[in-house]
Amino acid sequence: MTKIQAQNVGSPLMNLIKLRGVPILQQLHLEEKLLRTSSDNWCIINDGTDDPTVVMGISGKPAELIEIEPVLQDHMPVIKRFTGGGTVIVDQGTIFVTFICNKDLIPGLQPYPRPIMNWSSILYNEVFRGIGKFSLRENDYVFGDHKFGGNAQSITKNRWIHHTSFLWDYDIKNMAYLKVPKRAPEYRLARGHLDFICCMKDYISRSDFIDGTTKAVGSHFSLNSTQLASIEVPSNAEFTPSTRLLSKQELEAAALSQTDESSA
Amino acid sequence: MALRMWASSTANALKLSCAAKAHLSSAFSLSRCFSTVLDGLKYAPTHEWVKHEGPVAIIGITDHAQDHLGEVVFVELPESGSTVSKGGSFGAVESVKATSDVNSPISGEVVEVNTKLTETPGLINTSPYDDGWMIKVKPSSPSDLESLMGPKEYTKFCEEEEVH
Repeated sequence: MTKIQAQNVGSPLMNLIKLRGVPILQQLHLEEKLLRTSSDNWCIINDGTDDPTVVMGISGKPAELIEIEPVLQDHMPVIKRFTGGGTVIVDQGTIFVTFICNKDLIPGLQPYPRPIMNWSSILYNEVFRGIGKFSLRENDYVFGDHKFGGNAQSITKNRWIHHTSFLWDYDIKNMAYLKVPKRAPEYRLARGHLDFICCMKDYISRSDFIDGTTKAVGSHFSLNSTQLASIEVPSNAEFTPSTRLLSKQELEAAALSQTDESSA
Repeated sequence: MALRMWASSTANALKLSCAAKAHLSSAFSLSRCFSTVLDGLKYAPTHEWVKHEGPVAIIGITDHAQDHLGEVVFVELPESGSTVSKGGSFGAVESVKATSDVNSPISGEVVEVNTKLTETPGLINTSPYDDGWMIKVKPSSPSDLESLMGPKEYTKFCEEEEVH
């Protein structure tokens, strides 16, 4: 038994899955399945994803959020995920951390967006202690007033998921696929993408971040390291993910609606 | 219809929720500091309300729920003609970063959905018990309503939830 596990005997169990370069669609399908069909608690860390991908929230409208013509031209995949929140472009420079939990896991934590968001910031305060001026600003993780982590959640009757895409590094040219959203946090102050976000790599190494996050999670829960292949869900669990790749036809239709609106 | 309100007794635990109070009489002004719980409705532990009107039951989410969720930006509703099951999810509300399931307090057939919520999802925040209704259901089992909480029970339930 490791030291962290020994210290946390009696703490609730958290299954920890560490991945590297798993495609974001596969990760989201796994998360949605675990949220809907598992009764265990999970922490998933995916260190980078293979191909650059645009990921929108559940109600995202492509015409409003992405520059569709270059997306189509460059065959950039666009996913609509099952959680709320905004649009991101993810790639090998993105580190994903996800918590999928039973609503009674953390004593006193109400299963609503704000309390869950606040709880997550307490955990990450431990990870970033002494590193930059970390804080939770509205719904984003920031150093100062520059965002480096975007959050999204889904809350069901008895469980919730809180997942984060951390910008360890990003390709500047990829930001050109995203529009400045109509709905933005107040602290953004109409800044463009490049003035609004920052890279984690300027503050912490990948391995230190992942190790620090693992340690912080281990200080609250009893960790059970699990391999992806060994995940079991109830055999009678019927499940079809809602997270999906948008088709070329859908994006073309959105492009047409964008053109119609601009010429109206 | 005159509605009597039950004000929560834990002012500090339940957050200020003033948006839904515009239609209230001055006699209940004190209750503007609390989440509203209305008489005449039944409540589920997942914070949905039901109003039985003849052959139809109207369902929405409570003031307590909308207050905790924050600004609602999108609402996902079922199709008319679909069936809902007691305790099962029938849709979702999205509030900025989170999507939250909405569960049906009763079983039955959906006979109408509030199409206004597509253009104006914020009605759930400003008028959770009136213009922010979500679905109308023809109940399949009248006993479903009996197991739900009344206003006093639900108020106490919310207070206990805030304390723990």
